[in-house]
Amino acid sequence: MQIETNTPIVKQKKTRNWKRWAIHLFPIPALLIFSIFIVYPLVAALSYSFYDWNGITRGAFVGLANFIDLFTLQPFSNMFWNAAKNNVVYFAVQMVVQNGIAFVLAFIIYKRIKGSEFLKIAYFLPRLLSVIVVGFLWKLILNPNFGALNVILGEFGMESLQKAWLGDPKTALMAIILVNCWFGIGFAMLIFLAGLQSIPKELVEAAKLDGANGANVITKIILPLMVPSIMIMTVLTFIQSFEAFELVYAMQGSQGEPYYSTDLLAVFFYRLAFGGSAAGDSTAVGLGSALAVVLFLFIATCTALLLKYMQKKQVEM
Amino acid sequence: MKQTLWTRPIYYIIAFAFATISLYPIVLMVLSSFKPSAEIFMNPLSFPKSFSLDTYRRLLEEVPFGTYFFNSVFVSVVSVLLILVTTSLAAFYIARYTFWWNNILFFFFLMGMMIPIKLGIVPLFILMKDLGLLNSLWSLIFMYTAGGIPLSILILTGFFRTMPVELEEAARMDGASDLRILWSVLIPLIRPALGTVMIINFISSWNDFFFPLIFITDEMKKTLPVGMLSLFGEYSADWGTLFAGLTLSSLPMIILFFVASKQFMDGLTAGAVK
Repeated sequence: MQIETNTPIVKQKKTRNWKRWAIHLFPIPALLIFSIFIVYPLVAALSYSFYDWNGITRGAFVGLANFIDLFTLQPFSNMFWNAAKNNVVYFAVQMVVQNGIAFVLAFIIYKRIKGSEFLKIAYFLPRLLSVIVVGFLWKLILNPNFGALNVILGEFGMESLQKAWLGDPKTALMAIILVNCWFGIGFAMLIFLAGLQSIPKELVEAAKLDGANGANVITKIILPLMVPSIMIMTVLTFIQSFEAFELVYAMQGSQGEPYYSTDLLAVFFYRLAFGGSAAGDSTAVGLGSALAVVLFLFIATCTALLLKYMQKKQVEM
Repeated sequence: MKQTLWTRPIYYIIAFAFATISLYPIVLMVLSSFKPSAEIFMNPLSFPKSFSLDTYRRLLEEVPFGTYFFNSVFVSVVSVLLILVTTSLAAFYIARYTFWWNNILFFFFLMGMMIPIKLGIVPLFILMKDLGLLNSLWSLIFMYTAGGIPLSILILTGFFRTMPVELEEAARMDGASDLRILWSVLIPLIRPALGTVMIINFISSWNDFFFPLIFITDEMKKTLPVGMLSLFGEYSADWGTLFAGLTLSSLPMIILFFVASKQFMDGLTAGAVK
């Protein structure tokens, strides 16, 4: 800033400078809170992973030892790969079942059937419940003795299908994923509906005039134009399934019962950080931080790749 | 598209069948809350024989439900207010001034939307301990405020950018300060966006279970979702009371939803669709 010699101008400049300076205060509160409670902990988690930890006190710098232990030291490495496998299943089933059904429902509502306002509300209502309420509610419904699901199956003469859904390692993970789908379908449906409604009507009309049949209109026009909302739901489902924790914790506890069949990476991470792992009740903060870093890098890389792919697709159209 | 005779009925069957799957568990939850446990075990699917409020009475008498409820209201309301104030200021700055660092600042905030903050929970726990905030509702308030900032800034910045600059210039000519322009000119105009921000953040802070699970151990400081956890521990055989607890903790959100269902649905999807 140049120093002015003419007095009246200096005075005017001063007030203007003050005003200019004051505006820089505006983003400070958000910046502070965001940096302290989001950015700092994530950066700190990275540095924590290079240290040995006893309980929650930091010990010596150990380099990559925590990462090596995570992948090779028993029982942790077994738990890691088991949880990772479950997480892949969780994501895949949710993509197909939740987003598949949501797409069909969105398409039906898009076709303007009667009662669509009611239907939208009905599909969306589960999303308003807390995940813990969803978990407990379904735990009661899936109860092997008195739960509504087995009772309904009995009423319809399908006793052979009655099961201890959450107690059997073969069905427990699938039961939890489907509960998660029940919770998420309404939201996915709204995203797809917004995508459908943004398709210009003229395009569909023109295709029909050119003699395209229903199947052709769907595969050649509607689906390609839906790519952005499909990709958004893919990214959101991906992030959500790889940090899924609450539902398993509410329904199967921090051990991912039965026999770790419902264990997920975030649940395993909780055990490492806050106790209750198979190696006694002690916490393993170093290992937990290493897992957090691995998970973080995995989610960030995959999300970035998905978003990049999405941008490319959009440009092509 | 050509309508064949059978497509419509199939649409209706699928649509209403799924509406049943969506709603039935919630209806079951509410109906069961009026039944004593014995009746739930004998006729889990039927309507209650008589509407008894006994389960609710027990819930309110034996569990500090009112305290949980008050804590949830306090935490949600204060964090939503903090989010509204901090993000309107920041979004106004980002949208209306063109310093070279503004885009960097914007993307710095947006990064927070892609990062699962749960993964920083160990350092957060230690940080809260050092700040003396463990077992305090303020630990939750700060978390929900920080967590809500990225999406709220994204929404508000978008809205501020659509406002005509002439309005502010006129006010500036009259000698209004930046703060006055924001408060008296722009805030009234972006009310719909503020409503969206309010709803998104209210839902997520009201329903959150993860942070109180870790930060709060004192029974009197628990919010509703973690309160549920101790309820389930104590009353594992008393299904009537459990259903009453689930119903009561979901009721405020469901009532609010019926008052403003469209805003709720727009609000929750605002982040994704932009």
